[in-house]
Amino acid sequence: MRAISLFLTFLRVGALNELQYRANLAIQLLESGISVFTGLVVLALVFSQVPALNGWSQPELLAVLGVYTLVGGVIGMLIQPNMERLITDVRQGTLDYILTKPDDSQVLVSVREIRIWRVVDVILGFVIIGVALVQLQGTLGPLDAVAFVVALLLGSAMVYCFWLLLTTAAFWIVRMDEIVELFMGLYASGRWPVTIYPDWLRFGLTFLVPVAFAVTIPAEALTGRLTPELLAGAAAFALALLLVTRWFWRVGLRRYAGASA
Amino acid sequence: MIASARSWVDIYLTEMRIAIQQQLQYRVANYFYMIGMIAEPVIYLVVWTTVAEQQGGAVGGLDSGELAAYYIVWTLVRNMNIVFTPFGWENRIREGTFSGELLRPMHPIHYDLGYFAGWKVVVILLWLPLAAVLSLLFHPTATITPLGVVTFAIAIWGAYLIRSLNQSSLGMVTFWTTRVGPVFDIYFTAELLLSGRLVPMSLMPDWVQQIAWLLPFQWTFGFPIEALVGGLSPEQLLGGLAMQALWIAIGAVVLRRMFSIAVRRYSAVGG
Repeated sequence: MRAISLFLTFLRVGALNELQYRANLAIQLLESGISVFTGLVVLALVFSQVPALNGWSQPELLAVLGVYTLVGGVIGMLIQPNMERLITDVRQGTLDYILTKPDDSQVLVSVREIRIWRVVDVILGFVIIGVALVQLQGTLGPLDAVAFVVALLLGSAMVYCFWLLLTTAAFWIVRMDEIVELFMGLYASGRWPVTIYPDWLRFGLTFLVPVAFAVTIPAEALTGRLTPELLAGAAAFALALLLVTRWFWRVGLRRYAGASA
Repeated sequence: MIASARSWVDIYLTEMRIAIQQQLQYRVANYFYMIGMIAEPVIYLVVWTTVAEQQGGAVGGLDSGELAAYYIVWTLVRNMNIVFTPFGWENRIREGTFSGELLRPMHPIHYDLGYFAGWKVVVILLWLPLAAVLSLLFHPTATITPLGVVTFAIAIWGAYLIRSLNQSSLGMVTFWTTRVGPVFDIYFTAELLLSGRLVPMSLMPDWVQQIAWLLPFQWTFGFPIEALVGGLSPEQLLGGLAMQALWIAIGAVVLRRMFSIAVRRYSAVGG
């Protein structure tokens, strides 16, 4: 509960801070628009050659693009800024300020930065999903909708864990700025359902980098492909990952030595 | 004349040596960066191989082995295409560190060119094992000719030079305004679509290919790749190098002109 109230407080402060810079909204709109435009061009190129890609029709892949944009927005708004700041803090020794606060350090490093304008991607993601659902002409039942939301939350939690696990490595390897490139590069694979990748890569994108859980599984819920067993499996994996991340964070923290803060 | 040429070479070699020594210390960071980057072509490769297989083996005249060859060489060309970016200029100007660079005796572009060229040496070394692994995984096929190899070896440095000059010219915009992310994004999107980075140009509609021919992008990306594995004729190879030379000349003139106008606007506090 305390974690949630801390998160809400930081959310409010972060939002107030960023709302001062309204021109950034226009910039974000343009950047997100360009990104979606590129995604649509690629889809158009693929579907100018074939009617369906590995069993996924055009509207279904549009739904994947929607989920990809939506989750990308969540990552850019809540996860990435916190992890980038953590890397800087470890390098500069300013993590001292977090460790001396009377609250859980993992919670504090995970909630203190918010880039509110990335909410544009979240909204855009929902719009694309809406268009895809209309094109699919299928009926999205209430159960599917619930499964979609649950899958989305589980996927986001797993992305958070993955990113924090990597960032925790900063306690050993000091220069970790490239981690953003690494993650965004791998995350881009989520533009396509992981089922199109070769086995070894699909395994990697499921269990090593949870792109499958973050994008493909929610998209499967939207397109009627998700089974209850798969969703339960995702929940179990998310829980395991949260526990491992917690443990690794504590191990990493013992390596930390503030130098010159 | 000779003495001045020698001191130029000396500055370039020194910058390169510094970059090599610095970057070799950060092997893990460099590898993270390269692995993140390699995800992109692997994704394109898988998507287009799937399309090729569904169409009976080939798409845009390329079969899966040729697509693999294209995207594996892509990874090196992409790395060669990394240069000092307009965002770097934005930082220099916003934070005022550019003041110090103005005090140095040569045009700042020479230090950037030298430093990044040295970094490329490290990147090429680190790339070799990655290329070997990708080749084992994706089984590339290509007819490689000695002339193609020579052209490729020249063209990747030509590409590096063109892109450096263009990116720095674009960076000059930051002398007027320091929030230019969206301008750059539009430029990078055009480059992504028209360079052969997203797909080999043969997969694009004809009119797109015609537009791309007139722009610098594909000469820094698609051309070097195809020089090595695209089975280009000697005329096409020489023609491509000539286009690169043309774009290097244009880039140098534009940058020189823009820099002399832009630098008059520069002012800094601190830095």
